[in-house]
Amino acid sequence: MGNILTLTTFLPLLGAVILALGLRGDDAAAQRNAKWVALVTTAVTFICSLFILTNFDPANTDFQLVETTDWIFGLQYKMGVDGISILFVMLTTFLMPLVIASCWNVTTRVKEYMIAFLILETLMLGVFLALDLVLFYLFFEAGLIPMFLIIGIWGGKDRIYASFKFFLYTFLGSVLMLVAMVAMFTEAGTTDIPTLMTHSFGTDNFRILGIQIVGGMQTLLWLAFFASFAVKMPMWPVHTWLPDAHVQAPTAGSVVLAAILLKLGGYGFLRFSLPMFPVGSEVMAPLVLWLSAIAIVYTSLVALAQSDMKKLIAYSSVAHMGFVTMGIFSANQQGVDGAIFQMISHGFISGALFLCVGVIYDRMHTREIDAYGGLVNRMPAYALIFLFFTMANVGLPGTSGFVGEFLTLVGVFQVNTWVALFATSGVILSAAYALWLYRRVVLGDLIKESLRSITDMTGRERLIFAPLVVMTLLLGVYPALILDMIGPSVAALVDNYDAALAAFHSASQFAAN
Amino acid sequence: MIGADIQILLPEIVLAVYAMLALMGAVYTTKDGAASLLTWMTAGMFVLLALVIGVNGQGYNVAFDGMFVDDGFARFAKVTILLSAAIVLLMSEGYMQRRGLLRFEYPVLIALAVVGMMVMVSAGDLMVLYMGLELQSLALYVVASLRRDNAKSTEAGLKYFVLGALSSGLLLYGASLTYGFAGTTLFSGIIEAAEGGASLGLLFGLVFLIAGFAFKVSAAPFHMWTPDVYEGSPTPVTAFFATAPKVAAIALFARVVHDAFGGIVGEWQQIVAFLSVASMFLGAVAAIGQTNIKRLMAYSSISHMGFAMMGLAAGTVGGVQAMLVYMVIYVTMNVGTFALILTMEKDGRPVTDIAALKSYAKRQPLLALVMLVMMFSLAGVPPMLGFFGKYAVLLAAYQGGLAWLAVAGVIASVISAFYYLRIVYYMYFGEDTQALDGRTPPVLWVTAVVTGAIIGLAWIPGVNLFGLDPMAAAAAATLVN
Repeated sequence: MGNILTLTTFLPLLGAVILALGLRGDDAAAQRNAKWVALVTTAVTFICSLFILTNFDPANTDFQLVETTDWIFGLQYKMGVDGISILFVMLTTFLMPLVIASCWNVTTRVKEYMIAFLILETLMLGVFLALDLVLFYLFFEAGLIPMFLIIGIWGGKDRIYASFKFFLYTFLGSVLMLVAMVAMFTEAGTTDIPTLMTHSFGTDNFRILGIQIVGGMQTLLWLAFFASFAVKMPMWPVHTWLPDAHVQAPTAGSVVLAAILLKLGGYGFLRFSLPMFPVGSEVMAPLVLWLSAIAIVYTSLVALAQSDMKKLIAYSSVAHMGFVTMGIFSANQQGVDGAIFQMISHGFISGALFLCVGVIYDRMHTREIDAYGGLVNRMPAYALIFLFFTMANVGLPGTSGFVGEFLTLVGVFQVNTWVALFATSGVILSAAYALWLYRRVVLGDLIKESLRSITDMTGRERLIFAPLVVMTLLLGVYPALILDMIGPSVAALVDNYDAALAAFHSASQFAAN
Repeated sequence: MIGADIQILLPEIVLAVYAMLALMGAVYTTKDGAASLLTWMTAGMFVLLALVIGVNGQGYNVAFDGMFVDDGFARFAKVTILLSAAIVLLMSEGYMQRRGLLRFEYPVLIALAVVGMMVMVSAGDLMVLYMGLELQSLALYVVASLRRDNAKSTEAGLKYFVLGALSSGLLLYGASLTYGFAGTTLFSGIIEAAEGGASLGLLFGLVFLIAGFAFKVSAAPFHMWTPDVYEGSPTPVTAFFATAPKVAAIALFARVVHDAFGGIVGEWQQIVAFLSVASMFLGAVAAIGQTNIKRLMAYSSISHMGFAMMGLAAGTVGGVQAMLVYMVIYVTMNVGTFALILTMEKDGRPVTDIAALKSYAKRQPLLALVMLVMMFSLAGVPPMLGFFGKYAVLLAAYQGGLAWLAVAGVIASVISAFYYLRIVYYMYFGEDTQALDGRTPPVLWVTAVVTGAIIGLAWIPGVNLFGLDPMAAAAAATLVN
């Protein structure tokens, strides 16, 4: 069990290699085999990740199950897991089999499609487990390649535009982070993430082009990482790639994008920005809080005006990610706990919502809200599941959506009451757009001629939704399941953050005297 | 004494004698009938010499009172040049053969150009430098216009010659100024003369020398010849231009600025940094509108030279090391990419229009995958090796105090990502049009797949770039001290 992390990370890649080398032809049998290979691979990966979970000790706030090997340029291949990353790993491995199962109806270039998703899973797991800056960057950036292809090859009508926008937008964000990583290596002499977390980067103010940089080096580094993670998150105003990417991506691509890829940004904030640049975070936190508040209110309003279901859910994702950034940069136990909780729960809920859209898109081949109405008459099971996830998205108590939003709001209220006030109004707005969407699509009389023959969910579709429903409910009524897991690590994170800030302030006090 | 000197020069002498013997032999016997054999023999000769230099070469040897230097840096560059030249020669054989371009002069000229490059990277004196440079350039001018019944090829050769002569003039002028103010043409003498600050005349000499080198590495604003020459030359010759001569030119560049002007880093650092940033942006922006893949690769190489010069601009050991790593990766990527470009044919005629790659992925899944790897690598997206090259030069530039250059570089790399993505877009997302011929000569197939595997996978822990990094570090350490 010495290298369980590496094994779990690269298992999907192994599956991809088997598919690429071992599978010939493109007939129905080959397609079915490709799907089965992918499904089995992701399922085995999930089982492997369960071993990680059982070997993981939540009370220990250090990195666990660490593996180290020497690598090029004096870097290290280092993997490890802690309370912050473990749940993202579990989220990824849990969702991937469902994602694979959801594309059972795909018939174009199936083998390549499965390979792309398997490679993507490896890269996403790598991001969460990497403990070396450059290794992290490698996984983080490499994920763009399969996603670019997924959108570009299997996407909708404007897929070319969306895929280029997705790639270039996120690439531009991340290259600045690369320069920051180079700067960190130069200053600290290592790219080892646990060591960097204990390193205090320079905070002396200086001027660049006549602009006073408060917090000095830390603020600059923070900004460079922010450029990357804010785009990935995505935060207002750099969110515009997301609706395009979501609308054009195939259903499974949308699910992965919303449920997992968006979390890379939030994970980055927790792994790098808060622990490594506490002073920079303190300087810039008000900006993030206000951007989050704007994101929550503005994108909720934009969501109200959408006529495309996927676009509406995409904007709703931006709003929910606003809660996450708000929680992270309130930098207290409730806020950070809530942010992680919100990310995990959003993974289930948004994934499920995109799957819901996928279910009717498969039947009608349109995502226009106006094309639907009165589905409840023909699809009672679908109506029930869609209702459940709509409510979860709104944050109904009893579902996991409520816990995350509530905790982040509690967290931010202690830091900035005004932001909390605006953000809370977003909860109401989210109820407005989500319920209105539900009414227009599902309720009412079935008057559209084309919908007369629509069929309810198949057994396979119900089976995909079942685990998501269970998780959403379970986390909603028993949030301790997650909070016990992340609690000690988050507490350590917040303590270190406060200690670093206290040291900084007493030092600057001392200098002022 | 002379015996020891000749011993040091032996690889160059052997190759030069070989080239002349081959020329004579072919002229007096079968002429073009032996061209195919000669090509293989020349490539074999290159590989053999690379092995001898790589395995046998040791220590720091100086011949002819310092005019010729054989150190770790020169050996590193020579092995890279020889191996890439050998691969490109092998790749070109089939292509040239089918177009009736495989004359016996072709391998001979390439061999002579390689001799010139080997002399360049070992130069310890301005005269030796010029000799090597001209030997290389004259051979390349002829090779560029090898397709002599074609207007574009002739134009390429002529353009290359006229602009090359101009740059040689600049370089000679710089050399004479340097000689005038330093009193010697030996690098070891110049570095002493420049100690404690260079005189104005010496600085002028330095600037003109750098202008000459910038022309040879095709750095903006001395890049004008590159797209036309790349487009006009036969594709295998373009592949050659994009690889070995670039390594030789930038190694020579590094040799002169460090060996002769290493004491006044601050004076040339700004110039190199400017050349670097100008090349990166020009290469990135100008390539966007290209529809011809050879012109696109020309601008791409301009941009990549900008990145290599970023390492050079750092003015440190780490900078030279990063530059060497970058060049080796760059050459590998170009060899692979050109192997694929060479397979692009329709009805037996070469095609260079990018749009011809539409839906390439459906007909040639493996080769399209290799091209995808190459394109993402050229764009600097991990995990491809191109990323590690960029990482190395960024690190060097930042540690050399050029943070602004590093930021400019990454922004340029995002712009250039656009046109690399466009090729991927054609291959994978494009609608089916008239298909290219499916014919893939085995040499090209093997080259493409092997370089693709190296570029895509050599970063894996355990493979560690085949130890490229420590080798480059050792080479750089002998140059900068």
